[in-house]
Amino acid sequence: MKRKMNGYLLAGIGITGIVLLFALIGIFWTPYLPTAMKYGRFQPPSLQHIFGTDNFGRDIFSRVLKGSGTTLAIALSTVSIGAVIGTLVGAVTGYFGGRIDDVLMRLNDALTAFPSFLLALLIVSLVGPGKKYSVVLALGLVFIPSFARVMRTEFASLRNRNYVTRARLMGAKTGWILFVHLLPNTIRVLLPAFTIGFNNAVLAEASMSFLGIGVTPPDASLGYMLSEAQGMLKAGPWYAVSTGCTIVLLIFGVGLIGEGLQILSREVS
Amino acid sequence: MKKRILPLVLALTLLLLSACGNASAPAAAPTAESQPAPEETAAPNDTAAPEETAESVQTQKTERAAANELTVGIAQDFDSLDPDYMTAAGTKEILFNVFEGLVKPTSAGDIVPAVASEVVKSDDGLSYTFTLREGVKFHNGNPVTMDDLVYSIERRWNSEDTAALLAALSVIDHLDHDDKTLTITLSEPSNEFLAAVMNAYIIPAGYTDQETAPVGTGPYRFVSRSVQDSLVLERFADYWGTPANIEKVTFKILENAEGLVLGLQSGALDLVAHMSSDQTIQLSEGDFTIAQGSMNLVQALYLNNAEKPFDDVRVRQALCYAVDKQAVIDLAFDGYGIPLGTSMFPSFSKYYDESLTDYYTCDVEKAKSLLAEAGYPDGFEMTITVPSNYTPHVNTATVLVELLREVGIKATIQPVDWSTWLDEVYSKRNYQSTVTGVSSDNMTARKLLERFGTTTGNNFTNYSNEEYDEILAQALRETDDAKQTELYRALEKNLTENAANVYLQDMADLVALRAGLTGLTFYPIYVLDVSTLSWE
Repeated sequence: MKRKMNGYLLAGIGITGIVLLFALIGIFWTPYLPTAMKYGRFQPPSLQHIFGTDNFGRDIFSRVLKGSGTTLAIALSTVSIGAVIGTLVGAVTGYFGGRIDDVLMRLNDALTAFPSFLLALLIVSLVGPGKKYSVVLALGLVFIPSFARVMRTEFASLRNRNYVTRARLMGAKTGWILFVHLLPNTIRVLLPAFTIGFNNAVLAEASMSFLGIGVTPPDASLGYMLSEAQGMLKAGPWYAVSTGCTIVLLIFGVGLIGEGLQILSREVS
Repeated sequence: MKKRILPLVLALTLLLLSACGNASAPAAAPTAESQPAPEETAAPNDTAAPEETAESVQTQKTERAAANELTVGIAQDFDSLDPDYMTAAGTKEILFNVFEGLVKPTSAGDIVPAVASEVVKSDDGLSYTFTLREGVKFHNGNPVTMDDLVYSIERRWNSEDTAALLAALSVIDHLDHDDKTLTITLSEPSNEFLAAVMNAYIIPAGYTDQETAPVGTGPYRFVSRSVQDSLVLERFADYWGTPANIEKVTFKILENAEGLVLGLQSGALDLVAHMSSDQTIQLSEGDFTIAQGSMNLVQALYLNNAEKPFDDVRVRQALCYAVDKQAVIDLAFDGYGIPLGTSMFPSFSKYYDESLTDYYTCDVEKAKSLLAEAGYPDGFEMTITVPSNYTPHVNTATVLVELLREVGIKATIQPVDWSTWLDEVYSKRNYQSTVTGVSSDNMTARKLLERFGTTTGNNFTNYSNEEYDEILAQALRETDDAKQTELYRALEKNLTENAANVYLQDMADLVALRAGLTGLTFYPIYVLDVSTLSWE
C-alpha cells in the first residue's frame, strides 16, 4: 500500500499549520497580555501591534493567538463528540437494521428536524451559560445526526460483503466485526465528514459567540472576536480583517485536507 | 475540487448569516424599573433600508424638509396605543407627543400645569386644586370638560379595570369638582402625587376606541398606524400651548439596529434616538449631528452587600478606589457618559450632589491596603453577573475585570439572559455583583433612594445601614420640599461614604439628527418630544 501525498493535502496541512502554530504559541506566549487594555484604542497595525488594537485598546495579535487555541479546542472536541457518538449510532443501526434502526434513526430524524441552532441554545440554557463545556456539549450533540446518517449508510452497504459474512462464519464477535473489519473501510467517508464537520464546528462556535453564549468576555475566541469586530468596521477595519482571515485560513486549510484525504483514499482503494 | 466548493460556499453563507444575527441586540441599556417589554420576534422586514442613489437621497430628504415632514426611526413596535394600558417604555416615549395630563414635565425636571391652568396645593399637603384651562380641545375637536377630567383620573385611580390603575394614585381619598375646578383630596401627604398625575393622561369621557384611534390633547394627533411598520402623527392645529413646528411625523419601526443606521445613511430616516457610539461613528459627520443627552439611569457595579466579601465596608471601598470611572467611560463608551458617585443623576439637579463624584479617586495602592486591612492581602475571586443582551453592560464588565485585576481581584463575568437576570439577581438576590442601570420612572428622587432601605422590597443590593434607614424614614415623612431635598442629599452621601456600590456613570443617550434639524430637548424621563423640533 503506497500512500502518496497530493497537492491538496500538502497545501491544506501547510495552511492549517499556520493557525495551529498560532494556537500552540498562544498557549505558552503572547506578545502582550491578551486582556490588558492599555495600548490605545483602535491603533492601526504597526510594528508594535502587527494586527492593531481593538476598541478596548487590547493587542489583537495576542488575542488572535489565544483565540485560535480556544476555537480549535472547541471545534475539535465538538466534532469528536459528534463523530464518536454518530459513528456508534451509525454502526449499530446500519449493521443490525430492523427495529433498533427504526427507533434510533427516527430519534436522529427528530434531532435533525429541530433547527440545530435552537437545539444548541436549549442545551446551553439547560447546562447554564458561561461554561466552556456547555458550548462543546451543545454543539457536539448537534453534530451527531449528520455523522450517524453518513455512517449508517456506509455500514449498511458493507454488512453483506463477503469478508463480513466469512468473518461471521468464523465466529467473530459482532463488536470485532464492526470496529475491526468494518470501521477501517469507512474511513473513505469518515475523514471527509470529519473535516467538513470541523469546519462547521468552527463556524458554529463563531455564531454561538455572536449570540453571546459561546466564550465569555474577556476570554477570546475567533468567533467572539469577529462578532465584536463587525460593529467596528469603520473605526477599526483591521480587527475584522485579521480575525476573519484567521477563520478563513483555518477553514480553507482543513477543507483542503479533507479534499486531499478523499483523493488519497480513492487512490488507495 | 468542485464538490468541495459547495460546502465552502455554504459555510461562508452561514458565516454571513450569523454575522447579521448580532445586530438585533438592543443598544439601549436595561433599567431595573422601566424596562421596555421584551421585543417580539421580528418579522423579517428589518433589513430593507431602501436602496437609493446619492442623488435620490438628497432629493428625498430635502423634499421632506420642504414639506416640513419628519421620519423618526424607532426600535420597537407599540404594545398598545391606549394610554391606560401601554406599559412599554418605548411606547410611552413616543405617545408623550399625543397625550397630556393635568400637569406635564419640563426639560429642566419641573412639573408645570398643562390641561389644568393652575395647580394649588393646600398647606397641609392633603389636597390639590386643579383649574381647568380655557380652550383646551381634544384631537376630535371637542372641548375638554370637567367630566373628561374626572373620568380620566377615576379610570386610573378607582376603576374596576385593574390593568388601568396607577399605583401611585392610590393615595387619593376622594375627588370634588365644579365646572371649573377639580379638587383631589389625599389620605396622606405625598410628594410623588403630582408626578403620578402627570402620567394620568386626559382622554374623552367614555371614548372606547383609544386602541385603534387614540384621542388626547397633546401637540400631535394620531393619523394612522400600521402594525410592525409605522405610526403617523400630524400637528394638532388647535393645541392650547406652543404649537409644534413640524407638520407630519412618521415613526418607522426597524427592529434591527443595523437597519436604523442604514435608514439614516440612505436618507429614509431623519432622527434616531438611543444609539450606541459604535453606530454613530458609522454616520458621516457633515450629514448628521449627534446630540448627547443622558439615559437618566445610574449605571454601577452593584454589589450584594449581604454576600461575602462585600459585607465588609473596606472591601467595597477598595473596589471604589480600584475602579477608574473615566477609564470605563473612555474604553467602553467612547468617552460619552457622565461619571457618578452616588445613586442620583445630574438631570435631577435639585437632588444631585456633584461633590460625591470624586469622593473616591482612583488609587490602586489605597485599594490594596484597604483589601489587606480587610484580610484579603492577595485579593479574592468574584463573579460579575451581567444581562448578556445588553452590550453596554457586558463591555463595562469587561473593562471592570481588567481594572480589578490591577489590585489583585480576580473577577469573572457570568452572562445571563434578561429574564434569568430579573429572576436570579433582581428578585432572588442570588448573585455576588452585577452591572446594570437603575432608573426612576417618575420625576422624583424617591425611587432611586428608597431601594436602599433595609426593608424595601426592591433593595436588590441588600444594603443595610441603620443611619440610612433613619434618614430615609424621615425623608419619606417630610412634607416640606426643601427639607426633604436635604434629607435625600444626606442619603446620597451615606451611600457614597459606605461605598454601597461602585457607582460608575449616567450613560449617554446619543441621538442622531439629520443636518438642518434643530430644537431637540432632553427630559429627565424617557420621552422623545418631537414638538420642539424644526427644520432650519
